[in-house]
Amino acid sequence: MSQAAEKSGQGAIKDVRKRYSAGVLKYRQMGYWDADYVPKDTDTICLFRITPQSGVDPIEAAAAVAGESSTATWTVVWTDRLTACDSYRAKAFRVEPVPGIAGQFFAWVAYDIILFEEGSIANMTASLIGNVFSFKPLKAARLEDIRIPVAYVKTFKGPPTGLIVERERLDKFGRPLLGATTKPKLGLSGRNYGRVVYEGLKGGLDFMKDDENINSQPFMHWRDRFLYVMDAVNKASAATGEVKGSYLNVTAATVEDMYERAEFAKELGSVIVMVDLVVGWSTIQSMSNWARRNDMILHMHRAGHGTYTRQKNHGVSFRVIAKWLRLAGVDHLHAGTAVGKLEGDPMTVQGYYNVCRDSYTRQDLPRGLYFDQDWADLRKVMPVASGGIHAGQMHQLLDLFGDDVVLQFGGGTIGHPAGIQAGAVANRVALESMVKARNEGRDIRNQGPEILRRAARFCSPLQQALDTWGEISFNYAPTDSSDYAATAAALT
Amino acid sequence: MMTNPAGRITQGQFSFLPDLSDAEISLQIEYGLKKGYAWSVEYTDDPHPRNTYWEMFGMPMFDLKDAAGVMLELHNCRRTFPQHYIRLMAFDATRGVESIAMSLIVNRPDSEPGFGLVRQETRGRSIRYTVHSYATDRAEGERG
Repeated sequence: MSQAAEKSGQGAIKDVRKRYSAGVLKYRQMGYWDADYVPKDTDTICLFRITPQSGVDPIEAAAAVAGESSTATWTVVWTDRLTACDSYRAKAFRVEPVPGIAGQFFAWVAYDIILFEEGSIANMTASLIGNVFSFKPLKAARLEDIRIPVAYVKTFKGPPTGLIVERERLDKFGRPLLGATTKPKLGLSGRNYGRVVYEGLKGGLDFMKDDENINSQPFMHWRDRFLYVMDAVNKASAATGEVKGSYLNVTAATVEDMYERAEFAKELGSVIVMVDLVVGWSTIQSMSNWARRNDMILHMHRAGHGTYTRQKNHGVSFRVIAKWLRLAGVDHLHAGTAVGKLEGDPMTVQGYYNVCRDSYTRQDLPRGLYFDQDWADLRKVMPVASGGIHAGQMHQLLDLFGDDVVLQFGGGTIGHPAGIQAGAVANRVALESMVKARNEGRDIRNQGPEILRRAARFCSPLQQALDTWGEISFNYAPTDSSDYAATAAALT
Repeated sequence: MMTNPAGRITQGQFSFLPDLSDAEISLQIEYGLKKGYAWSVEYTDDPHPRNTYWEMFGMPMFDLKDAAGVMLELHNCRRTFPQHYIRLMAFDATRGVESIAMSLIVNRPDSEPGFGLVRQETRGRSIRYTVHSYATDRAEGERG
């Protein structure tokens, strides 16, 4: 930083007596802005989207973000001088206007590796999305993306199973997995609930799923659900010769309760248990360790994420949540459908899938990926597409997401006019037909509807599904899309 | 006889579709070869869902780049074991995958006996489940 910059109040103050005299300085004067800073390979780099209050200079705002997410307090403290304080200061090093949106800026901030406890998402998030998001000089802030250094990645164990080993355990290869959420989500007794699970699995699904808010309510105690569901799972396995599973949601009031439920699921021979995102980072990491010790696949339902991921100007992008969850260690993660009923621009959603499945994620601005990310051989997460999708969209889903995904057709299975087994058959036939056609070199994106119609000639349940839902689509403008390329919400 | 909708064991990628013709199987093999996978032929008379290790009909064909060669092995296997289950498996040696990438059943016995479910009542309402292959009721050497 030049002396002229220092004098004008634009740069860090190098004279230590001036720097630490009591009073209030600008964040950029305190050393949280350094345009010449070159991030180290071991630094964590965050990209924030910030909306400064009117009159607040964007560089000062970026420096404030760096300060408030690391060591700064609002005034100068002499006790800084007892420490190697420059190491602990995050450094904003680049600020750019967001293309096409007045008043918003991208700010790049680097964090030294000493700032974060090894293997702790709770610790990392307490810094990065702690005080800073309530900071008054900013109208809004959003953590858009994060580059986590290999050195820090290696302090995490990651998914307990991973998508490769999951496929080996399930003996299912070369096609997406199929699932459905048991419906209605509330009110079924354990016995009625197990009926839905049995019909879906015997019909041809690989998985059934508890919904996020199925825990242990008055209408169905958790033990009752687990007992009936596992009878259904085993009976369906014998009926088809396939390994089957049903995500038993072990989310509960306390971690001790969750361990108790998970132990019971294991005793009954379930291959998979499930937790909701709302249980919190420490619980997620504890359950991940439990799953690793007990040969269990861990399914993560991202309940609650929309409260902070959806609005583009404030919160945390889901791509960041997905990166943290891969480190924290989950095997399945709901990552969007693009074509279904829930929020998601197709390319942005593909970006989340890349974060889950890549060995090395490349920068890809149209998909919202701002950084290269080396995953250092960390196991891969199986993304889950769930919410308002049906057999008639099979070509779009396979084209968008490829083989490594669980496609969950809840209403599209259970709401089938000829019953749940028929719904499952329709989905499985649609899936296998589409995979076969793609492998044969057909252009499924364009020929998909014709491929489905031909398959429906030998499969009347598929014909009924197409007749019922073939025309249903959810074409709304996404709220969260890339700033770097126009994308169409609807793939038709 | 099995009572599931497909009326047969539904392991593998395409068990819900009509049996693939040899020409269709060749296209799948070619797809795998283009991806750099190595194909292998395996057979068993016990398709229990957790019978992981079917017998290998020779080693995976790492250096074979021609679908016709894989089909030749498949034909040999079918001639030798016409009443067994036969599957084609494709291995992907890419770092970070190093596992099976494709798996399809390409031969079945005329009659598929399926499985029984044995329920052993244990503590309280808990039940231990065993999936039992009807095909294994006789000793392995006497089946066939």
